[in-house]
Amino acid sequence: MDLLRFITAGSVDDGKSTLIGRLLYDSKSILADQLAALEQQSKNKLAGEIDLALLTDGLRAEREQGITIDVAYKYFSTPKRKFIIADAPGHIQYTRNMITGASNANLIIILVDARNGVVEQTRRHSIIASLLNIPHVIVAINKMDLVDYSQDRYNNIVIDYAETARALQLRDVTYLPISALKGDNIVERSSSLPWYDGPALLELLESTPLDIDTDLSRGRLSVQYVIRPQTEAHHDYRGYAGKISSGIYRKGDTITVLPAGLTTRIKSIEAGGRAVEEAFAPQSVILQLEDDIDISRGDLLVNGGNPPRVEQEFEALLCWMDSKALLPGNKYLLQLGSRTVRSSIRNIEYRLDVNTLEKQPAPGQAGLNDIVKATIRTASPLPFDAYNDLPAGGGAILIDETSFVTVGALMLQ
Amino acid sequence: MSKEPGYQLDYLDQLESEAIHILREVAGQFERPALLFSGGKDSITLVHLALKAFRPGKFPFPLVHIDTGHNFPEALSFRDQLTAQIGETLIVRSVADTIRSRQLTEPGGKFASRNALQTFTLLDTIEEFGFDACIGGARRDEEKARAKERIFSIRDEFGGWDPKRQRPEIWNTYNGRIRKGENVRVFPISNWTELDIWNYIRRENIALPSIYFAHEREVIDFEGQWVAVSPFIRLDASDNVERRRVRYRTVGDMTCTAAVESAASGIDDIIREITATRTSERGETRIDDRVSEAAMEDRKKNGYF
Repeated sequence: MDLLRFITAGSVDDGKSTLIGRLLYDSKSILADQLAALEQQSKNKLAGEIDLALLTDGLRAEREQGITIDVAYKYFSTPKRKFIIADAPGHIQYTRNMITGASNANLIIILVDARNGVVEQTRRHSIIASLLNIPHVIVAINKMDLVDYSQDRYNNIVIDYAETARALQLRDVTYLPISALKGDNIVERSSSLPWYDGPALLELLESTPLDIDTDLSRGRLSVQYVIRPQTEAHHDYRGYAGKISSGIYRKGDTITVLPAGLTTRIKSIEAGGRAVEEAFAPQSVILQLEDDIDISRGDLLVNGGNPPRVEQEFEALLCWMDSKALLPGNKYLLQLGSRTVRSSIRNIEYRLDVNTLEKQPAPGQAGLNDIVKATIRTASPLPFDAYNDLPAGGGAILIDETSFVTVGALMLQ
Repeated sequence: MSKEPGYQLDYLDQLESEAIHILREVAGQFERPALLFSGGKDSITLVHLALKAFRPGKFPFPLVHIDTGHNFPEALSFRDQLTAQIGETLIVRSVADTIRSRQLTEPGGKFASRNALQTFTLLDTIEEFGFDACIGGARRDEEKARAKERIFSIRDEFGGWDPKRQRPEIWNTYNGRIRKGENVRVFPISNWTELDIWNYIRRENIALPSIYFAHEREVIDFEGQWVAVSPFIRLDASDNVERRRVRYRTVGDMTCTAAVESAASGIDDIIREITATRTSERGETRIDDRVSEAAMEDRKKNGYF
């Protein structure tokens, strides 16, 4: 059985939490005592029916305000697949929390309220989907019950969204009409939408192909930790431990150590505590190498074609996540995989208007939730891939040097 | 993107790899980490994952048990057996000692649970050894405040969790940098469900304390939950002590963990029962979670795991 991680995004009151509640409820993933607690709380809120949104709003402040502030993770499985749902906030104020949830997703469900159509928030969520290169997009046009299940309304929204999708170069976009509240097209096809002949949401989630999302042609492994038992039995043992983020590694393969550029061959591979002939992404492994060369945490072991670039100055799309502004000249720690280097922001070329997708040149600085293109210089050469080409090799974070808070997400170019 | 069939990882392998990656990030980023070990199935699974992450080397952290004094004897002997078998360091700190030294008030009532007092001992232990990261076996499917917590969860000097100030946690890049006084709680099996744990235990043939399997025990019926008779709970005249065939779905203190009636003597039987059950793990077995809707959130804000 495989695993699909997806995120749901939508504006406040688009019915996002209700959709997740509905998926869990209709796939029988909510247990009796959780349902009892839910009924109890729904009564507390003087609501008439069970409020499915209460299932995911886990913080006191969220329940009080009826909004989602931070990502909640929910889990369910069907006989075909295991699912991890990141229920992310839609409000611009909590964009960094949405990015937290979106960064590991194979798929995003973008909810559109059928009454309102494509709005600012829809575009902003789509930009994040495009920025993070989420491979699959489902546009779920919700609350169809409130527009009399109108096919015209649905078609107009699809035409409207297709324009955004084109502009953002979203790769795999699927549309479907739903009502999360009524359960239309969530687990079962709805008889209220006879004009829609595609699959229900759950079937879509179960059948989205995942094998094409992993690149197997280029090996990338960031060394996390060097295992040296220094015991009698393992006197000369030196194992480089890390998670393969891309590609396949085979015993005997030639690998290059970056940024040093030295090459050697793989002597042995251990995965999950067993010796194996080959291992592939996303396995965690230990590699032993033929030659005794200097390798430590943060070094990148690569194989295959298209090697990473190794540079000290590069451009990146940057999503700023701190309330203190980002100014050219500011210095931050940059962490890519297990490698951390000091870095400095040289120049901010443009700011992306998340509503119009226009590039506003030379903004001077970046504020909370801004997406900008910047030039970055690092204190030492950094091996990386362009994020759009190989996400596993080109996503980095910026860390404030004094508060140590994560303040930015970088998509290297 | 190339496509080579056969290179798809099963979901359990993906969860395993994610957990090993997190454990190694702890080893790579922190000076003095520790693994909090309770003797329950989740922390036993963590130890198994740590073996995979670090063998043939030693663990880069000790196992730490915060002993409430209300443990199941079977869980304690299993703990000692396991640590001896793997040859790793075990540090035990006792809640009873903290109660004495800090003049804390013992909880009262029928089920006088020291669950909340554990936090005091934990924070003292963190300070005593200067631990900068504590690895724990909490899972996000357990409870809805946990569903919100990051894998690297930064705590202030009082151990407190501030859900409104969580750091973004992007891709698989974990930022464990902290200021003096702060520490980090790390949850490598955040994304595992109860069923994932059991399926993994079956696949990996992981040994567990005997109380996870059906056995006969003296119990009382408390509001529909079976609570074991022990010196730590108060028996009232109205209590009817019965012998029942039960097993434990979670292993906490004898004062706050309830048993489920069961004939499941092997892992396959347990998995069958859990798949069919209509009650959640905590709902069925934890007496302490029913207090309020935000019980866990409040405890975490106060430094609880």
